[in-house]
Amino acid sequence: MKLISEKGVKRILGTVAFSAISVLFLIALFILNEGLPFIFKYGVKEFLFSSDWQPQQNKFGIFPMITASLWVTFGAMLIGAPLGVAGAFFLSEYVPKTIMKIIKPTIELLAAIPSVVYGFIGVMVLAPIIRENFGGPGLSLMAASIILGIMILPTVISISIDSILAVPQSYREGSLALGATTWQTIYMVTVKASKSGIIASIILGLGRAIGETMAVIMVAGNSVNIPHSALDSVRTLTANIALEMSYATGLHRQALFATGVILFIVIIILNSFASVAIRKRTRKK
Amino acid sequence: MLNVKKILSVLAVLAFLISGCGKGRTAITLAGSTAFQPFAEKLADEYMTTHNEVSITVQGGGSAVGIQSANSGAAQIGMADLVILPEEAKSLTATIVAKDGIAVVINPQNKVSDLTTDQVRDIFNGKITNWKEVGGADAPITVVSREAGSGTRSSFEQIITNVNLKKDALIQDSNGTIRETVANDANSIGYLSHGLINEKIKPVKIDGVESTEEAIIAGNYKLVRPIYLLVKGEMTGEVKNFIDYILSDEGQKTIKSNGLIPAK
Repeated sequence: MKLISEKGVKRILGTVAFSAISVLFLIALFILNEGLPFIFKYGVKEFLFSSDWQPQQNKFGIFPMITASLWVTFGAMLIGAPLGVAGAFFLSEYVPKTIMKIIKPTIELLAAIPSVVYGFIGVMVLAPIIRENFGGPGLSLMAASIILGIMILPTVISISIDSILAVPQSYREGSLALGATTWQTIYMVTVKASKSGIIASIILGLGRAIGETMAVIMVAGNSVNIPHSALDSVRTLTANIALEMSYATGLHRQALFATGVILFIVIIILNSFASVAIRKRTRKK
Repeated sequence: MLNVKKILSVLAVLAFLISGCGKGRTAITLAGSTAFQPFAEKLADEYMTTHNEVSITVQGGGSAVGIQSANSGAAQIGMADLVILPEEAKSLTATIVAKDGIAVVINPQNKVSDLTTDQVRDIFNGKITNWKEVGGADAPITVVSREAGSGTRSSFEQIITNVNLKKDALIQDSNGTIRETVANDANSIGYLSHGLINEKIKPVKIDGVESTEEAIIAGNYKLVRPIYLLVKGEMTGEVKNFIDYILSDEGQKTIKSNGLIPAK
């Protein structure tokens, strides 16, 4: 008995698939529509490069937030990328497959912890440690970088492992047969063969770090301030939107949408880098 | 096209179900000040136990949202906790239903216990940066403030006057997180709603006056803001009944027992 025709199925699936894409377009359209007019009215240069953010006096310069976002993300990379890539190589090259199959899902569980929980741990544990050992208010660029560095670990590790495992076994066997040790094989053969996948994993981690909001609001201190050291408190682009959205009206609200436009552009650029890197990898196979 | 018919019929049923909700009771929505929100919820619950012909919903959003939604009609009653109501609120009928003190708080380990208004201003402006300048230990001051647009922040700045918050002040987005930050950092100073003081933080005297309920009612304590309920046009019907209930002895008792200062 045929309840729904083949054509019908195609149509239904098509509609559902299209709705997902159209949501993306609607979001993009909405943000651009709300934010772009403001950017042009206020002045692109003034908006991007002024460091005066005083919504009550109609001064909207997001330069401190842009620098903060970049620094926090850079710091997160500094911590998350080496840890993640090293972990991925250890798990895929040194540890027996069975053990890796237990450890990898455990690391992926890190991604299932809600970001408020990371923020909470940052406020309760990390910030006091930084305050007592290094000085400053504790809620700082450094705290945000460390928390984000841990948050991106699952992304970096699992995508790196996948791309390392995609390297044909014959490459490794060839290298080992020539007398290379495991480490020599890793840095002379495996790293080169899986490079684009590893880069993609780092860029995807970067995208996650720059877009993270809740944990950052809790640990970064949120002052509108160009940081002079890692101990200074900072406010990222995402934190700026989330903190002030509930109160904002009129111009202030448009300025927050414009902040969203900038964030959107940054993330699109990062993601397209990542997808180019991933495409390179699949073409190679 | 069987599938399209099916989808349409499901939609029709859904539409029918949604339209069936919420009939028979008068709906009142309150929106605005997060400082008054918990009190409004409590008052609404109590009111609804005796008046089951009305259904009251309470939303937050901040004082700006309170004024905006009362103006636009999105809420019948807007809540705002500002010392000076802005221009947009001039056309609304404003009723003061309670008063709230703003306490300047420090960590209990800090031995400072008394600050003048000038000292508070200088600390928040970044002119005084070390506790020893105001009689405390030799330690840098960590200033904690609220985000731009917060009712508590604008009231605080309007009463202290000429506040131009220093750039590296920490910003927290609620009374609760201010309390946590000050409780965790021995060198910090912040301000929050009087009703939220607990043993983890220490309120300081302002110009020699402690932020007690008596001092606030007597008008001796300086940092006090009124809490307004805003209604578009004349108060009528169920909205008026509910506001009258809040102003009644019973309503004011609820406000008092939960940490706010009654309006009268």
